[in-house]
Order: sequence, then C-alpha cells, then structure tokens
Amino acid sequence: MRRVAIGLCLVVAMLLGATVPPAWAQGDPIKIGVIQPLSGPVAASGNYIRMGAEIARDWVNARGGVLGRPVQLLIEDNKSDPKEAATAAEKLIVRDKVPVIVGAWGSSMTLAAMPKLEEYGVPMIVETSSAATITKRGNPWVFRISPPSEMEAVGLEKYMKDLGIKQADFLAVNTDWGRGSVTAFGDLLKRSGSTVGTVEFMEQAATDMNAQITKVKAGSADTLFLTTSVEQITLVLKQAQEQRLSRKVITTGGSSSPSQLIKQAGPAAEGSMHILFFLPWFPDAMPDGKLAKAFVDEWTKRGHPFEGLTEGFRGHDGVMTAVEGLKGAGKPDPKAVRDALWNVSLMGVNGPIKFEKDGPAGKESGQSKPSIFIVQIKDGKIALPAFAAKK
Amino acid sequence: MDQLLQHLLNGLLLGSTYSLLGIGLTLVFGLMNVVNFAHGEFYTLGAYGTFAALVGASVNFFLAIPLAIAGGALVGAVCERLLLRPLRGASIDTTMLVMIGLWIALQNGELLAWGGVAKSVPTPFSTAPVVLGPVSVSRLRIFVFVVSVLLIVGAHLLLTRTRLGRAMRATFQDRETAALMGVSIERIHTVTFAFGAAMAAAGGALLGPVFLLYPSMGDLAAQKAFSVVILGGLGNFVGAALGGVLLGVAEELGAGYVSSGYRDAVGFVIIVLMLLVRPSGLFARAERVG
Repeated sequence: MRRVAIGLCLVVAMLLGATVPPAWAQGDPIKIGVIQPLSGPVAASGNYIRMGAEIARDWVNARGGVLGRPVQLLIEDNKSDPKEAATAAEKLIVRDKVPVIVGAWGSSMTLAAMPKLEEYGVPMIVETSSAATITKRGNPWVFRISPPSEMEAVGLEKYMKDLGIKQADFLAVNTDWGRGSVTAFGDLLKRSGSTVGTVEFMEQAATDMNAQITKVKAGSADTLFLTTSVEQITLVLKQAQEQRLSRKVITTGGSSSPSQLIKQAGPAAEGSMHILFFLPWFPDAMPDGKLAKAFVDEWTKRGHPFEGLTEGFRGHDGVMTAVEGLKGAGKPDPKAVRDALWNVSLMGVNGPIKFEKDGPAGKESGQSKPSIFIVQIKDGKIALPAFAAKK
Repeated sequence: MDQLLQHLLNGLLLGSTYSLLGIGLTLVFGLMNVVNFAHGEFYTLGAYGTFAALVGASVNFFLAIPLAIAGGALVGAVCERLLLRPLRGASIDTTMLVMIGLWIALQNGELLAWGGVAKSVPTPFSTAPVVLGPVSVSRLRIFVFVVSVLLIVGAHLLLTRTRLGRAMRATFQDRETAALMGVSIERIHTVTFAFGAAMAAAGGALLGPVFLLYPSMGDLAAQKAFSVVILGGLGNFVGAALGGVLLGVAEELGAGYVSSGYRDAVGFVIIVLMLLVRPSGLFARAERVG
C-alpha cells in the first residue's frame, strides 16, 4: 500500500514537472532589443520582421532559452524615421540595458542609430539595411547579416547575359539605401557593357510618382531598376501601368514582397522581377530546406500573412544571431557579445551566417555573406525566371 | 512635347486633390480662426471609412464614399462640441495646441485600430488606362478629378448662395450681430467645423483607392493642405482652389524638368518666394471672403 502511494506521488510529480514550464535557473530573462518601423510609410516590413523575431524567441525559449535563462524581446518602433531610430537605440541601451540589439530596417535608420552603439558600446545585428556605408564607416559594433547593394549586384551579375539589358533607368527612394543601390547597380551595368539611362528619386512617404514615371518613359531604356519599400513599389507599378510604361522591372533590396504585390498591384505587377533573400514558395531550394520549411509552417500556423515571409525571416535570423552571440559570450554583457559575434557560425533561414571583417582596418564591422535569389511574377504567381531555374 | 502634356495632365489631376484638401483647412481657419492641425487625420478617417464600408460592410463603392464623408463630418462635429466649444474665445494658440493633441490622438487611434501595414482599397474601375493621343490617365483618376471639382464648386455655392452659407459668413464676421439676427451661433460653429472635416474626409475617401492606406498617410496630406492655404492666402476659398492646382503643376514640372529628388522642395521654394513678394497670399483680397 505504502509503495503504491509513493509510486502515485512520483507519477503526480512527473506529471506536474511535465506541465510546469521549465524552471529558469536565474529567473530573470535575457533582453534583446529590436528596433523596427512598426508605423509610418514602411510599417509593413517592420511588422513582419517583428513576427519573425517572435518566432525565433519562442523557439529558443522552447529549447530552454539561452545561458539557462529565457529570452525576452524589447521591441521599439522607429516610426520609419531616422531620428526615432537613434532615440530608440538610446532608450534600449540606457533604460533597458540590453546587451545586444537587432535593427533598424532602413539604412538611414540604421545609420542614425549607429553612433549610439559606439557611444555606449553595444553591438547591433543589422538585418535588412543595404547601404554600403553601414559597414564601411569603421563602427566596430555593427554586424550585418543582410547583403549590401554591391553584393546584390554581384549576385545578379551571373544573369546579366540572360537579362539582356542594353540600357536601364533607375527609380529609387531618396534615402541612403536608394542612393547606394543606384551606385551599386549602375556600376554593375557599366561592368557588363550596358548603359545607365534616367536616374530618378522619390521621397519615402511620396504617393504620387507620376512625374518620375513620365520622365522615365521619355527615355529609351528597356529595364527599370526599382529600389524602395513594397508600399511604393505597389504605387509605382500601378502608376506605370496607367502611363503605359513598358519596361522590364527589377526590384532590389529584398523588401518587395512579391505575394503582396500580386494582391495589391494585380496585373500591374505581371512580369516584374525581384531580388530576394528568402523563397518561401520553394523552401526546399533554401540552403537549409528543413529549417526554411519549419519557419514557413510556424508562420502559417500563427496566422501571419504569407506575403510577410520574405521580410519575416530577417527577424528570425537576426534574433538567432544575437542568441548565438550571447551563447558564445557566456554572459549578457555587450562587449563580450561583440567579441563572441566574430566567432558565431550558424544556419539561418537565409543560409549560413558568419562574419567577415569589412571597413577601415582596426575598426572593422562584421559582414556576413547571405544567399541571394531572383524570382519573377508570371501569370499572377511566383516563379523562378527561366534562366535562374536552369542554373 | 508629349512629355510636357503628360506632366501638365498629371499636375492638374494631382492639383485638384490638393485644392480639395486646402479648402477644408482654409474654411475652418478663415471662418473660425482655428488652425486645424488635425486636418490630415480627417483625410485618413475618410480613407479608412471607405475601406471599412467596402471591405467590412460590403457596401457599393459609390455608396462607400459618401458614407465615409458623412462619417468624417460626424467625427468633426463631435470634436467641435467636445474640444472647441469649451474654448470659445480662447486665443488661437490654445486651440492650436488642442488641435495638435487631437492630431496625435487620432493618428495613434488609427494605428491601434488598423495596424501599421498598408491596405489597398478595391475599386470597380478597370485598370486599363484611358489613352488620349500622347497622354494616358487611369479611369479612377478621372473619376476622382470630376468628383473633386464638383465638391469644390458645390462647397463654393453652399457658402455664397445658401442661407446656411450666409449665416456662416455672418457669424464669423460679427458674432453678436449675427446672434441678434436670429442665427444660432453654436450650431454654426459645429456645422462649419464638420464641413471642413467633411472636405478632408472627401479627399481621403477619393484618394485612398488611388494610393494606399496607412495611419500616417494624413501627414503628407496635411503638409500639402497647409502649403496650398499659404499659397492661396489664409482663409481664401478661391485662393485655395487655384493654389492647389498651381502647387500640383509646379511639383510635377519641377520633378519632370529640374530634379525628382527635390520635388517637394519645388513647392516650398514657390511658397517662400510668394511670402517674400506677396506675404498675404497669391489671391488675397482686402477682406476675407470665406
């Protein structure tokens, strides 16, 4: 009888143990700061990245957290505004004392936050920004997992013959990202024997791009490189259709969310090509097909919109990189995390993440070498362009 | 030449919407002496109102727009009753601060209600453009242009030709005398503010489907509305109507022939020049006509 009672007690204890969440050794969660545009003209992207970051957090915590403690995300809104990005970085560092930050989407926002990193000595994983200057300024607290525009251009180089571009126009957002991208892809065109036609810019919040389109239309180029957020890409494609502009459109920067374009721009998006860093339609084509598939499944299970995946993975990869840095550091200390980031090597949804030195000697920033893909909208669906599929 | 024609057409279409935005703002300022910083939020409200009616309640597109305008007028009337009525007689600075507060509150309310991700409004118009010789224009934009012009003309007639319009102008010229003549002062204040809000909401309801909807969309609209009002002369109805078209065409030509990176700057350069030469506005008269 007594034995049975002890046995029952053990069973009850086991059951309790199974249902109670893992007891954290030190209790306090480890904070990771996230700065994203959650409102303002480019809010869609920032919100998707937040969703991806939350998936990474939940996955890490389900596996027992990091350094025996749970991960907590402190997510700040930079309102699509560089000034707010700097304020958000300062708030996370000074008030919340985060050992590492992931941010801040747009290049201008990242550049505005960077002096704060150096001032207080806290590392930031840059998950989206494309401007070359970010890793060239000699800020040793910056670790970028997204490709700078130059790297994107190199990624496109192998397709230049198939694309058959003779002359290309540029329409880009008037920010560090847009201007940097015009330089990078302009260089690519010159290297490949093509010429650069009209170069036009638009303000980040602008909604009427008819003037720029009219001007582009007056030229004789065959291709239009479009660099901006998905919101403006939608408007440009629609307005280009209204003005009967016939150009092969290639978007750069990976923030074009082709599924959203199909939904919101409809037939105006037909035929457009998009440089991307994640192919949620073909997860098996990713370097780690199993991880990519798991991410897409989790995203869908949470009811997040499918069109957000091409941005959402950045949040996952950013937080995972930060977690690896914390693991390597052995303590949530910004300087130790910075030193540890140089040695991380992990597999993200995009592919392998590993930092190499970039920028002026002695003050290098970290730059990973992400995978780059190109897709095309064909018959209202996403497809690999014929030339990319065969390679 | 073809390019110039297309630029002029673009400018005219864009300018007509600037006029619509400017008129509501100039009316509220000219008649009530209130600088309505929340003007852009009524624009946003109109846009989301159309979206809600169309997608939420599956109302017909052509019915959704008047519903959204009515909604904007209603919210405007409520704001006037709750915020401006207690401040009657307060200085212009005080009401300005209250309006800035309303702006922030409304914008964040919209963010809370709709989230930050942009939405697009489905329309019954075909996406194939109308081609007129060398230029082309979308059907939706023609619809927006026609309705804007009708609204502007209608608003002008209401102010100059109806009893209500006369009562409005009388009230703001001389409150006491108007009251003695049997005009209900409090009602006129509410109606005027609601009218200004309705004009902004109309702008949003019409332009929302042309562009995309997001909570901070009103900021750009308000910025353009203020430019138009300064250009046309504060409180000047005709000035706002013409100033809007002028600003639209100037931006378009500036972007087309100078530099698209400085598109917004072109508008402001004109405003600065105008303030230097004619500080009271291009179309200012000795007396405000409202």
